[in-house]
Amino acid sequence: MTRSMNIAAAIPHPIRLAQLPRLKPGTVAGVDWHALSEPEGRRLRELGLDEGVEVEMLHHSGFLGRGPVACRIGRMTVALRRHVAAAIHVSPNP
Amino acid sequence: MNQAPLVALVGNPNAGKSALFNALTGARQKVGNYPGVTVERHAGRMALPDGRPVELLDLPGAYSLDPSSPDEQVTRDVLVGRQAGERLPDAIITVVDASNLDNHLRFTLQLIALGLPIIVALNMVDLAERDGLVLDPEALERELGVPVVPTVAVRKRGLETLKDRLGDVVRNVHTVRPGPGVQHDIVVLQRRARQIATAVTVSETAARRWTHRLDAIALHPVSGPVLLLGLMFVMFQAVFAWSEAPIGWIESLMAMLGGAIGDALPQGVLRSLLVDGVIAGVGAVVVFLPQILILFGFILVLEATGYMVRAAFLMDRVMASVGLSGRAFIPLLSSFACAVPGIMATRTISDEKDRLTTILIAPLMTCSARLPVYTIIIGALIPDRAILPGVGLQGLVLFALYVLGIIGAFVAALVLRRTVTKGATSGFMMEMPKYQMPRLRDVLLGLWQRAEIFLKRAGTIILLTTVVLWALLSFPKPPEGSGISKVDYSIAGRIGNGLQVLVAPIGFNRDIALALIPAMAAREVAVAAIGTVYAVDNPEDAAGEATIRENLRAHWTLPTALAFLMWFVFAPQCISTIAVTRRETNGWKWPAFMVSYLFVLAYVAAGITYWSAVALGL
Ligand SMILES: Nc1nc2c(ncn2[C@@H]2O[C@H](COP(=O)(O)OP(=O)(O)OP(=O)(O)O)[C@@H](O)[C@H]2O)c(=O)[nH]1
Ligand SMILES: [Mg+2]
Repeated sequence: MTRSMNIAAAIPHPIRLAQLPRLKPGTVAGVDWHALSEPEGRRLRELGLDEGVEVEMLHHSGFLGRGPVACRIGRMTVALRRHVAAAIHVSPNP
Repeated sequence: MNQAPLVALVGNPNAGKSALFNALTGARQKVGNYPGVTVERHAGRMALPDGRPVELLDLPGAYSLDPSSPDEQVTRDVLVGRQAGERLPDAIITVVDASNLDNHLRFTLQLIALGLPIIVALNMVDLAERDGLVLDPEALERELGVPVVPTVAVRKRGLETLKDRLGDVVRNVHTVRPGPGVQHDIVVLQRRARQIATAVTVSETAARRWTHRLDAIALHPVSGPVLLLGLMFVMFQAVFAWSEAPIGWIESLMAMLGGAIGDALPQGVLRSLLVDGVIAGVGAVVVFLPQILILFGFILVLEATGYMVRAAFLMDRVMASVGLSGRAFIPLLSSFACAVPGIMATRTISDEKDRLTTILIAPLMTCSARLPVYTIIIGALIPDRAILPGVGLQGLVLFALYVLGIIGAFVAALVLRRTVTKGATSGFMMEMPKYQMPRLRDVLLGLWQRAEIFLKRAGTIILLTTVVLWALLSFPKPPEGSGISKVDYSIAGRIGNGLQVLVAPIGFNRDIALALIPAMAAREVAVAAIGTVYAVDNPEDAAGEATIRENLRAHWTLPTALAFLMWFVFAPQCISTIAVTRRETNGWKWPAFMVSYLFVLAYVAAGITYWSAVALGL
C-alpha cells in the first residue's frame, strides 16, 4: 500500500505548461487542441509540439508579468502566448 | 532550346538557405539570424563541377507546404508549379539545421514526398558540434533515401561535395519519379522525424548552453526590457556621438571642393550650378553618410546576433495592447532603416488585417532618410549641452523624435484596429534562434550595400531634384540693383510664397514650403533644398553644412523648427514607400488612405507644436 503510494507520488499529475516551474523540464502529456484556433494549433504542431516531447519553461513573462512565455520545445526555444501555454498539459520530469 | 535546370533552395526558416545561396552563386542576398529574413524568391546562377549551368532559387523559409503567411505561400507556389511566370523546379536542395533535426526533418520528409529529385544540405554542422552533438550523415542518407551533404554555408564548407552530388541529381532530371504527393499529417511526419533524428545522433554531450545563459538576462521580465531600452538609447546616442569626426572630414572635403571649383570657374551660371546647386545641395546630404551607417550597423548587428526575436518577445505585450503582435516588431524595427524593406518584411505576418495595420503604421517609424533632416535642425537650433554625463540634449531630442514616431504608430494602430482594419487578433508564436556572433564580413557587406544605395540616391534623385530646384530658384533673375531677393523673384520663390499661405498656420516659412515638395521624392532633399535656397540667396558663402546651420539660426525661430521636426515625424514618406504599399496591398486604396491620414496627422501635430511653443515663449 505504502509502496504503491510512493510510486504514485513519483509520477506527478500533468499540470499546464503555464504552471511549470522555470528550468524544471517536463514531458508533454497532451494538448487541448480545441482551446486553440486552427492556425495556432497548426503552427504549434509545426514548431514540434507533440505528446512525449520534452519541454522546459525558460521565462514566464516577457513584460511586466503579463507577456508571452519563452519555453524550450525539444531543441528549440519558442515564444508562446499565455493561453497557448495554458492549453498544453505537461508531466514534470521526476 | 535546353534551359539550365532550375534548382530551389527550400527549408525551415533560418536554416541558412540564403547563406548557402550566396555561397553557391556569389550573390549578396540578405542573411540574418531570425526567421523570415527572405520574403521573396531570388534567382541566381551557379556552375556545376562539369561546367553545366544551374539556375538556383532562394526561397522564403517555411515550416510546411501549408502556408500560413504570404512569404510561405511563395515557397509553396513555386514547389507545386503554381507561381506565375515560373517553371516547376527540376530539383530541390533542402537545407536543414543539423542542431535541430527533430524539427527540420519533418519538412524534409514532406518535400521528399513531393517526388522531385532532392538533396539534403545538412547545414550548420559547426553549431551542432558547438552544442556537443555528433551526427552520422551516412546514416541519415540511408534513413531518408536521398543524398545528404554536411555543409557550413557561412564558411563555404562542403560546397564542392554538394555541387558534385547535385550534378548527379540533375543529370537524370528527365526521369522524374512521381512521388506519393504532399503528405499533410504533420503529427505523423513529426514523429518519424524524431525517430530519424534519434537514429542518426551518434552522441550528445551536455551542451554549453550560451543561448540559455544570455536569455536568462535578455528575456527576464525586468532586465530584458531594461536591456532593450538601453540598447535603443545607446544606438541613438551613438548616431550622434560617433559620427562627429567623420562628418567633419566630409564637410571639409565638400568645402575644399566648393572652394576649388569656385576658384577655378569664372563667376556665372555654371559656377552657381556646381557650387550653389550640386555641392551645397548634394553635399549637405552626403555629410550624413556616417550617421546612416552607424544606425544601419546597429540594426545589422542586432539582426545577426539573433536578438531581434528576443526584442519581439519583449514587445509582444505592448504590441498586443494595440491589436498587433510581437511579430510586427521586426518589420517595424527595420523600418527605422527604411520603410520599404520594412513593409516587405510584413509578409511574414499571417493575419491579413494584422499585416495591413503594420504596413499602414510602418512609415511612422523614423527612417534613416529623415535623420539628416532631424540632425541639421537639431544641430542648428537645439543647444549642444550635456544633461547627464554622456547624455547630450541634442541626442535626447533626437531620441524623443524617434519615440514620438513610435507612440504615433501605436496610437494609429490602436485606432486603425478598431475602425478600418478591425478583425481577430493573430497570435504570437515564434521560434527563437540560437545566438550567434555577428560575422564581420556580413556586417561590412551590409554597410557597403547601404552606402552604395545612399550615394547612388545622392548622385541621382537627390542631385536631380537639387538641380531642378536650383534652376527654379535662380531664374528669372531680379533686375540689377532692384534690391529684391533673388529667391523671392524666382519661379520657385513665387511658388513657395504661394504655398506658404497653406502652411503659415502651422508656423512654416517660405523656405520650408519650398523644401516640402521635393522631400516627397526623397526625404533628405529637404536638407538639400534648404541648403540650396540659402546658397542661392548668399552666393558668397562657402558651401557646406556650417552655412546651412548659420542660416537656419538667422531665419528660423525655435517654434518653427520644432513644428518642422514634428511634420517630419508624421508626414507621409517618400514615393517609394507609397509604391511598395500599393504593390503589397494590391491597389491604390490603402496607399491613398495612408497618405491622407499621415498628412492630416502631420499638419495637426506641427500646428499644435508651433502654437504651444509660441505660447510657452520658446
Ligand atoms: N554557424 C553557422 N551559421 C550559419 C550557417 N549557415 C547560416 N548561418 C547563419 O544562420 C543565420 C540564418 O541564415 P540565413 O541564410 O539568413 O537563413 P535562411 O534560411 O535564408 O532564413 P530565412 O530567409 O529567414 O528563411 C544567419 O545568421 C547566418 O549567418 C552555418 O552553416 N553555420
Ligand atoms: Mg533567407
